[in-house]
Amino acid sequence: MAKIKYIEYNGKEHIVEVQNGLTVMEGAIQNDIPGIDADCGGGMSCATCHVYVKEDWYDKLPKKEMGEDDMLDQAYEPNSNSRLSCQIMVSDDLDGLTVHMPEKQV
Amino acid sequence: MIKTDVVIVGAGPTGLFCAHQLGIIGLKCEIVDNLDKIGGQCIELYPDKPIYDIPAVPECTGEELTNNLIEQIKPFKFNFNLNDRVQELTNENDNWVVKTTNGKEFHTPNVVIAGGVGSFEPRKFPTKSAEKFDGTSVLYSIKDKTIFKDKSVAIFGGGDSALDWAIELSNTSKVSLIHRREEFRGAPSSVQKIKELSEKNIINLFTKYSIKDVKGNGSLEEVEIKSEEGESKILKADYVLGFFGLIMQLGPIAEWGLNLNKKAIPVNTENFETNKKGIFAIGDICTYPGKLKLILSGFHEGALAARGCFKYARPNEKYRFEFTTASNTIKDRLGVK
Repeated sequence: MAKIKYIEYNGKEHIVEVQNGLTVMEGAIQNDIPGIDADCGGGMSCATCHVYVKEDWYDKLPKKEMGEDDMLDQAYEPNSNSRLSCQIMVSDDLDGLTVHMPEKQV
Repeated sequence: MIKTDVVIVGAGPTGLFCAHQLGIIGLKCEIVDNLDKIGGQCIELYPDKPIYDIPAVPECTGEELTNNLIEQIKPFKFNFNLNDRVQELTNENDNWVVKTTNGKEFHTPNVVIAGGVGSFEPRKFPTKSAEKFDGTSVLYSIKDKTIFKDKSVAIFGGGDSALDWAIELSNTSKVSLIHRREEFRGAPSSVQKIKELSEKNIINLFTKYSIKDVKGNGSLEEVEIKSEEGESKILKADYVLGFFGLIMQLGPIAEWGLNLNKKAIPVNTENFETNKKGIFAIGDICTYPGKLKLILSGFHEGALAARGCFKYARPNEKYRFEFTTASNTIKDRLGVK
């Protein structure tokens, strides 16, 4: 279980507890947090669960797998802090993680 | 004007199998899809990725699945309207009038929406100023490459489209290629070629840059690019091309008066009809309690929706359930003995 903070583009914060084994994307969808679309349902086949993770957490997350950066090329305003939230698996280690949502997903 | 029993919106696996079921029960249909090819997400997003959960098919790729579905509906000779999008749905005397962007008009008692997450459209530049030049000098696809002859062209993107066009246009234009990171996702041979052209100064290569602004009085003159550190550069450009892949937009479907739950259309699970009589929704775009976004669920939904269509297409006939193994009528329709 990890407490995760989702921050919308307009600054609105949502803090929710997400079960281990879910992804950060699923944590947002199941709690009706706006700002993450996840059109493909978590298959790394779209780029609509794009989030920014600040450096302090970015380096602690499991590294990107092959294909995630290719998908991020097709996201809205990606940068070097970008991740696909469907590829971040929640565990106790992620307690306190903060992710920022982009202005829009599509 | 074309009269038909059913118009299917979307040529992905769900739409294709629904067409098969319509053919089996003796109905005609027209299939419309915004993409230039048949197969929907299977062909656009993961043609080479293996799928493991199609019943009785232990493993197949998106492309193989699509080809098999096309093969399966061949006997019915249904018409595909590709590169076209259903724009407008209006009701006229219990019939639906379906108008497409290419100006086609269908009259039908049934519309089956098998639109996935919507239609695929190119992702555009986030910069507001790019909208002013959209379609004239800011482009997301190329129809006529001769317009770029002897011009300065700035190409954004890191996939095959961006690389292939950068290589191709560098023969006749002054090409700059701009990509947000150092790695490219295009074919290794194209990446190699781009590096060679860059070393020979035939292509100006800018990695770790993205678009900041486009400028010009009347016509486009320059494009400003920025690095993540905030450094910016100005490049001369007559044309700016963006190849960031495709995004899925619900598009006009949202304006047809259907109930919507987030981006999905609620349906009943008896025949997958929506809140509008004669409009059905199947596959990823529909929702109901327990909905699974699996291809096999889309097949089931398509089979039931097809029977729902029968009621409106043949109001004076009684639908009779038959097995393909035993029915001579079905064998006739399939053209088998």
